[in-house]
Amino acid sequence: MTAIADIQTVLHKHTNAGRDALIPILQEVQEVHGYLSKEAVVQIGRHLKLPASKIYGVATFYNQFRFNAPGKYHIQVCRGTACHVKGSANVLDALTRELGVAPGETTRDGVFSLEIVACIGACGLAPVISVNGEFHAGMTPEKIKTVLDAYRKEAEGEPTDD
Amino acid sequence: MNITVNGNTVEAREGEMLLTTLQRAGVRVPTLCHMPDLFPSGACRMCVVEVEGMRGLVPSCAHPVSENMNVKTHSPRVVRARKTIVELLPADHPDDCLYCVRNGNCELQKLANELGIRERRYAGKRTPDKMDTSSPSIVRDPDKCILCGRCVRVCEEVQGVSAIDFAGRGSNTVISTAFDQGLNVSSCINCGQCVMVCPTGALREQSDTKRVVDALNDPEKYVVVQHAPSVSVTLAEEFGAKPGSDICGIMTTALRQLGFDRVFDTAFSADLTILEEASELAHRIQNGGKLPMMTSCSPGWIKFVEQYFPEFIGNLSTCKSPQQMLGAVIKSFFADRENIDPKNIVSVAIMPCTAKKFEAQRPEMVRNGLPDVDAVLTTRELARLIRLRGIDLDTLEPEMQDTPFGERSTAGKLFGATGGVMEAAMRTANYLLTGEELKQLNVRAVRGLDGIKEARVTINGVELGVAVVNGLGNARRLLEEVRDGYRDLHFIEVMTCPGGCIGGGGQPLGTDPEAVKARMQTLYKIDRDGDVRTSHGNPAVQRLYKEFLGNPLGGKSHELLHTHYAKRETLT
Ligand code: SF4
Ligand code: SF4
Ligand code: SF4
Ligand code: FES
Repeated sequence: MTAIADIQTVLHKHTNAGRDALIPILQEVQEVHGYLSKEAVVQIGRHLKLPASKIYGVATFYNQFRFNAPGKYHIQVCRGTACHVKGSANVLDALTRELGVAPGETTRDGVFSLEIVACIGACGLAPVISVNGEFHAGMTPEKIKTVLDAYRKEAEGEPTDD
Repeated sequence: MNITVNGNTVEAREGEMLLTTLQRAGVRVPTLCHMPDLFPSGACRMCVVEVEGMRGLVPSCAHPVSENMNVKTHSPRVVRARKTIVELLPADHPDDCLYCVRNGNCELQKLANELGIRERRYAGKRTPDKMDTSSPSIVRDPDKCILCGRCVRVCEEVQGVSAIDFAGRGSNTVISTAFDQGLNVSSCINCGQCVMVCPTGALREQSDTKRVVDALNDPEKYVVVQHAPSVSVTLAEEFGAKPGSDICGIMTTALRQLGFDRVFDTAFSADLTILEEASELAHRIQNGGKLPMMTSCSPGWIKFVEQYFPEFIGNLSTCKSPQQMLGAVIKSFFADRENIDPKNIVSVAIMPCTAKKFEAQRPEMVRNGLPDVDAVLTTRELARLIRLRGIDLDTLEPEMQDTPFGERSTAGKLFGATGGVMEAAMRTANYLLTGEELKQLNVRAVRGLDGIKEARVTINGVELGVAVVNGLGNARRLLEEVRDGYRDLHFIEVMTCPGGCIGGGGQPLGTDPEAVKARMQTLYKIDRDGDVRTSHGNPAVQRLYKEFLGNPLGGKSHELLHTHYAKRETLT
C-alpha cells in the first residue's frame, strides 16, 4: 500500500489543483513509480475530478508516459539519427520479436521492459541500446539474443523479491 | 435578420449557428461531428461553407450567423474541400461494406456516394485494430471508426460516464477505454447511446440473433418471447413508418410467424413490478426504511450506482426489472402450469436496450442454474430477424398475445417513457394506501421530455416529493444534490436513456428528439384510450397473485421477483 501513499504525497502537493495540473502530476507520479498504474490513474482522477479514460487519453498523447511497471531490466532503444542510419529499426524489430512485447510494455515474467528513446547521446556507439543504464554498442539483430541471454542468466541466478 | 444563401434571401435568428439557419431553410449541408443539442466541436470540418469576406472556409456548425452574411454552401471550392475530407476518411477504412451491419445505413457510405467518390485516391497504411467483443452489450470495431467523436461526447456529456475517449496522437489516434481494456471491465454501463450516434459500423450491439434462430429451429426447445412496452411503438420505423406508429398486434403475429411458441408482454410484468414496488415504497415510508427509494428497472442506471454511488445502493428498490420478473415467473409458475421442464424453455426478450443483455447475464439473475432470461434482442435485431425471414408486415393481421402473461394495463405500457414508472406507481400507491383510485389518473408533472422533473404529491394525507430523471448525466447531478442534502425526496425514477426506453440504445438508430416525442405521444394516447389504466387493475396480475404469488413482498415474491446489488470496482 505504500504505492498509494506515494501517490497521495504527490497529490498533496497539488491540493486544489485544476485540470492544468494533470501533466505535472502524471510526471511526478511516474518519477516516483516508474510508470502510471491503474491505481494511480484512478487516484489522480478522483483528485482532479477527471475520468480515467480522459487521463489515459491525455497521457497517451505524449510519448513520455508508461503504463506498465518497468521490468527488472529496462531496455531503451535509441532512435536518434545516427542509430537510425546504422539500422536501429532492425534492432528494435529483433527485440520486440525476441521479447514478445511492444515498446512501452513489459514481458509477462517481469524481467524485461522495452522503451524507445530519443538520442541518448552515445552516437559513437550506434546503434546503441541501454539496459538499466548500461550501454551496448554496435547492436545487430544477431547480437540481441546474446545480450538478452546474459541478462536472463543473471535474472535466474538471483532470487527475486517480488 | 436576413442573410444570403446561394443567392437567395434567408431569415436567420440572432445568436444561432449558421448550420441551424441553413437546416431551417432546407439547405442540406453534410455534417459528421455535429450533434444537435450539444455544444459544437467544429472538429471534422465536413460542414464547411464559403462566407464572403472570410479568407478560409468556415465550419457552419460552429460559426454564428451575422447580418447580411453572404454564404455559398456548394461552390466548387466547398465541394472540393468536403470531397477531400471524405476521401481521406476511408484511407484507413476496410472495404467491408458487403459484410457490415451498417451497409445501406451508413453515413460514410452516404457521404461518399453523395460527393460522387468512385475511386480510392489515398491508400493510407491500414493498421488493423483488434475488435472488442468483450462486452455483453456492445461490440467495438475500431477499424471502421472515423474518429468523429460523437460516441465520446454522448458518453461524457449525456450519460456522465466517459468510458471512452480519444487516445494516442496523429495517425495513431483511436477511441479507447482507460488502459485500452475491454469494455466489459471498463466503466461502460452498456446503455448503447454511443451506438445510436455512431455514423458507421464501428459500434454495434452484441448480437444474440443466431442463438435465437438456433433455438427456434430446435424442436426440443419451447421458445417464449416477451416484448418491452416501447418496442411496439418503434419497430415500424425500421420498416419506413413514421415515428409514433404502434404495431403491437402485427408484431405479435410476426413473432408467431418467426416460430415463437408463446408471445408475452413485458408490460404485464411492468404491472407486476408496480405492485411490488409501490408496496415496497409504502413499506419504507411506514417503517422508516431507506429513502428516497430509487427505481431499479433500468440496468445501465443500476451499474452506474454500483460503480459511482455505492452509498446509494440501499436506496435502490430491490425489485427486479420487468424483464427479469417475467423471466422468473415463466420458468417457475408457467413451466409448472404447462408441465414443461424449465430446462427446455428458451426465454427471449425483445428490448429497446443494449444494457438488458448485460442484465440478463448478471449472476443474481440465475436460479437453480437457469438464467431467468436466455437471450435479449434489441428492436433493431428483431427487425433484422423479420427481414431475414421475409415477413411482410404490411400483409399481417394483428393478433392477441398469449395467456397467462399477455394482458397488461396501460400503466404498464407507460413504462416505455420517462415518467411512466412514476405515474404507474403513483396510481397504485394511492390505491394501496387509501383503497381508492386517484381522481386524476394522469400525473402531468412527471410527463414530457425534461431531463429532471419534480413534483409534490399528496397520498393519504402524506406529502411525497418525487423526481423523475432521464439521461445519467442528469441522474449524476440529482444524486450529488441528494448526497449533499439539498433535496427532500421520497421516490426517484431514473431511466438511463434520454426520453426513457423510447430513446433506448437498442432502438432504431439516431437520437432525433422529435421522433422520441412522437413515440411518447403514442404511449400517452394508448393510456388515454385504455380500458384498464392501473397496474393493480390488471386481472392477469390479480390472478397470478391469487394462484401463485400470494401477496406483494411475500415469500414467493422475494424468491422470484426481488434481487440485490453490490459495489463494483471498475476503472472509473
Ligand atoms: S462502416 Fe460504412 S463504409 Fe465502413 S464498411 Fe461499414 S457500411 Fe461500409
Ligand atoms: S454503452 Fe453507454 S456507457 Fe458504454 S461506452 Fe457507449 S455511451 Fe458510454
Ligand atoms: S466509434 Fe463511431 S461515433 Fe465513435 S468516433 Fe468512431 S465513428 Fe465516431
Ligand atoms: S459538423 Fe461542423 S465541424 Fe463537424
